[in-house]
Amino acid sequence: MNELIPPFDWQYVVVSTWTESGAYYGWMFLMGFLVAASCGLVGNYLILRRMALVGDAISHSVLPGLAVAFIVANLESGESDVGSVGHGVRSPMVMFLGALAAAVVTTIMIEVIHKKTRVKQDAAIGITFSSLFALGVVIISVFAGKAHIDTDCVLHGEITFVPDDLFVVIGGREIAPGPVVRMAAVTALTVLLITLFYKELLVSSFDSGLAASLGVNATVVHYGLMSWLSVVVVSAFEAVGAILVIAMLIIPGATASLLSQRLPWMLALSVVHAALSSLLGLHLAIWLECSVAAAMCVAGAALFGLVWFLSPSEGLIRRWVGRRRTTRGVEPAA
Amino acid sequence: MGLRGGGTMRSSMADSLWNSGARARRRPAEGRDVPRLRFAAVSALRLVVIAFAVVAAPACFADRIGDMTETSVGEQALRFFTFRDESLRYALLGTILLGVNCGLLGGFIVVRKLSLMGDALSHAVLPGVAIGFLWNMTKDPVAIFVGATVAGLLGALTVTAITHTTKIKEDAALGMVLSGYFAVGYCITSMIGRLDTGNKAGIDHFLFGQAAAINRDDIILMGMVTALTLGCVAVFYKEFQVTSFDSAFARAIGFPTRLFHNGLMLLLAFSVVIALQAVGVVLVSAMLITPAASAYLLTDRLHRLLVLAAMFGVVTGAIGAFLSFLGSGLPTGPLMVLAASTVFALAFLFGPRHGVLMRWWRQRSRGHRVRRENTLKAVYQVLEGRGFKGESVTLLELAERRRETEDEARQQAAALVRHGLATRHGAGEHFVLTPEGWLRACEIVRNHRLWELYLTNAAHIAADHVHEDAERIEHVLGEDVVRQIERRLGYAETDPHGQPIPSMDDMRRGSGGLFGRDELQGYGRPT
Repeated sequence: MNELIPPFDWQYVVVSTWTESGAYYGWMFLMGFLVAASCGLVGNYLILRRMALVGDAISHSVLPGLAVAFIVANLESGESDVGSVGHGVRSPMVMFLGALAAAVVTTIMIEVIHKKTRVKQDAAIGITFSSLFALGVVIISVFAGKAHIDTDCVLHGEITFVPDDLFVVIGGREIAPGPVVRMAAVTALTVLLITLFYKELLVSSFDSGLAASLGVNATVVHYGLMSWLSVVVVSAFEAVGAILVIAMLIIPGATASLLSQRLPWMLALSVVHAALSSLLGLHLAIWLECSVAAAMCVAGAALFGLVWFLSPSEGLIRRWVGRRRTTRGVEPAA
Repeated sequence: MGLRGGGTMRSSMADSLWNSGARARRRPAEGRDVPRLRFAAVSALRLVVIAFAVVAAPACFADRIGDMTETSVGEQALRFFTFRDESLRYALLGTILLGVNCGLLGGFIVVRKLSLMGDALSHAVLPGVAIGFLWNMTKDPVAIFVGATVAGLLGALTVTAITHTTKIKEDAALGMVLSGYFAVGYCITSMIGRLDTGNKAGIDHFLFGQAAAINRDDIILMGMVTALTLGCVAVFYKEFQVTSFDSAFARAIGFPTRLFHNGLMLLLAFSVVIALQAVGVVLVSAMLITPAASAYLLTDRLHRLLVLAAMFGVVTGAIGAFLSFLGSGLPTGPLMVLAASTVFALAFLFGPRHGVLMRWWRQRSRGHRVRRENTLKAVYQVLEGRGFKGESVTLLELAERRRETEDEARQQAAALVRHGLATRHGAGEHFVLTPEGWLRACEIVRNHRLWELYLTNAAHIAADHVHEDAERIEHVLGEDVVRQIERRLGYAETDPHGQPIPSMDDMRRGSGGLFGRDELQGYGRPT
């Protein structure tokens, strides 16, 4: 056991992280925060629209889109090595296009199966994402010419590689690692889009009838949200992978929804949750020497657990106390 | 009756009316052989679908896989079908057991709308697998089995706890449990990866599955779990059925529904765990959902659904094992899932009852029939308009009546002639209804006017509001419903607009003496 769980050394785990290799871990923290923040912002809307599992589906089914885009991009550039989806990608545009196409296909497939047959939506989601994901895995393993898929790339991503990536150079100065710059751009765009279309998203999420009467096209909003979701998921892919991205999508929003009833507060709180979970997760990973992305998700889940117990309005403890008070108030009268 | 209100209600009523009518019309003619014949046809179609899936799926992948293998595909296939390898026998047996197991349980979770619970559960077992592995640092099936089952059940309980104590909805709760447990599991796995025991290779297989890694101990475990599932389903079939379809009723008659729900979750956790080895964590849910959903498209009976789902599970499992064996490096899980998706796609397109193509065809032919019947009605009205003098109707008259061009009228008349409802005369410019056409025209007009009368008298809808409804329902009213309405209305002779409702006499008159009649005299009407 000692071998598995190293003793907790405050100096090594917390202090020296920032004093000695602050730049290295700083980029990792920033990347984790940006991924969790942009995913969390979009995730809030998924939760409100009861589409959390569509997010799950899209995060799985962008894989074939990525694989095909990767093969196409490499065919054009004439390289032969297509083994590492997720790393060292030099053509983000093609990747985004592939993922967008995959997301649209997923959304349409779910709707067609759900509407044209008596299969319910949950089963339709399950069938769609599993077949597309399986297709993606098969494409990669056939064309990569490898015996085993690089499971780390597909499923978990690797945030540790981020600081070693090529730095973006502007005006002769190194600014930041490529993935961080890309993710920052995506996050900024997410914030911008939410600000611009705040009313449309709000109205169509809560009251489709009112949305229609205000002239908001629900279908356009739906597909727009799905497309942007796919962009966010793809940019998060190389850091956290297909499954952990679900945690990044849902957990911040769910935690925030236990703390506030107002959408602006929920959005803000989910960003706070993203910052806290990536910071705690980073230190957890340094302590346990495990996968950074997974540790960030574990920290996020733990924060959710904490809020679940302690939330002033909906926490378990609050509910328990409230129930005791009610029964105590009733008893003397009875 | 809210006929002006919900469209769905109206259409469902129309559906049931249509069905009763259809049944009533068929029963006297063909007797009791019809259902049996239809069942035989359906089973034959099912066999064709399965056979096609078996043949087509390998063909789809064969060329691609051919590029990969060093030995030839044929050689590998031969090795597969002669069952020479021991590991192959185990792999095949394993995937078959798993197909049966997942298919049976999948049937229940698909009809209970719990599909994604399977997904959440399959991801939630990962920490259990990792801890089971840590127990004695080997791939000990029993330790992993126990660990994974406990973790899976904990996951299911967490979902219930979150949805019961917070306002978070089930989908978000499932997503959180799925990814949260998976993250914990992956943390532990990556910590195990750090240890240099050199034996962690096996744990990678749990992500995508490698049927070739199945050994004798696994098979024994799989067999036990499958036997347990089969036993539980056989013994508690009725209980599962009732709790799945009407849990309120089940509670009311005293079934412990929560116990059965938890029992199902336990069985689900068992089957997810045994499927891990072959399919992998990520895609287990597909083996639960897809075969069952395909079966759900093909049948309406739960027992047939379960049998079909188990069959699909076995077939897709075997295909997956076969393909994975052909292309020696390909993971089994994704191939099984693709095979299952192919079966689903086939059922989706060609299912005899709920398939998209069949439904489209049925809708199309129904549309054509409605158009023909409207033409017949127009012909009747033309004849009625001139007091049933003469029996031939010109295209011009029909076009005027239908407010269409003469070309359209010609096409419609041609459709009537094709279906033996009318004959053409002259240069094709006028036509005469056959006895059958006359009968059907009378029926349609009678249905229309009877329904109008029914709506005004029994449902108290204003007389000028009933036409639209009657336009729709006239095509779907069956004989027995018509008899009921006639009785209810006291065999009335005129509709709310004062026009006579054709009676049985009229129909008999038309069909009996049509051709013997002088053309000038026409059918006439009884006074």
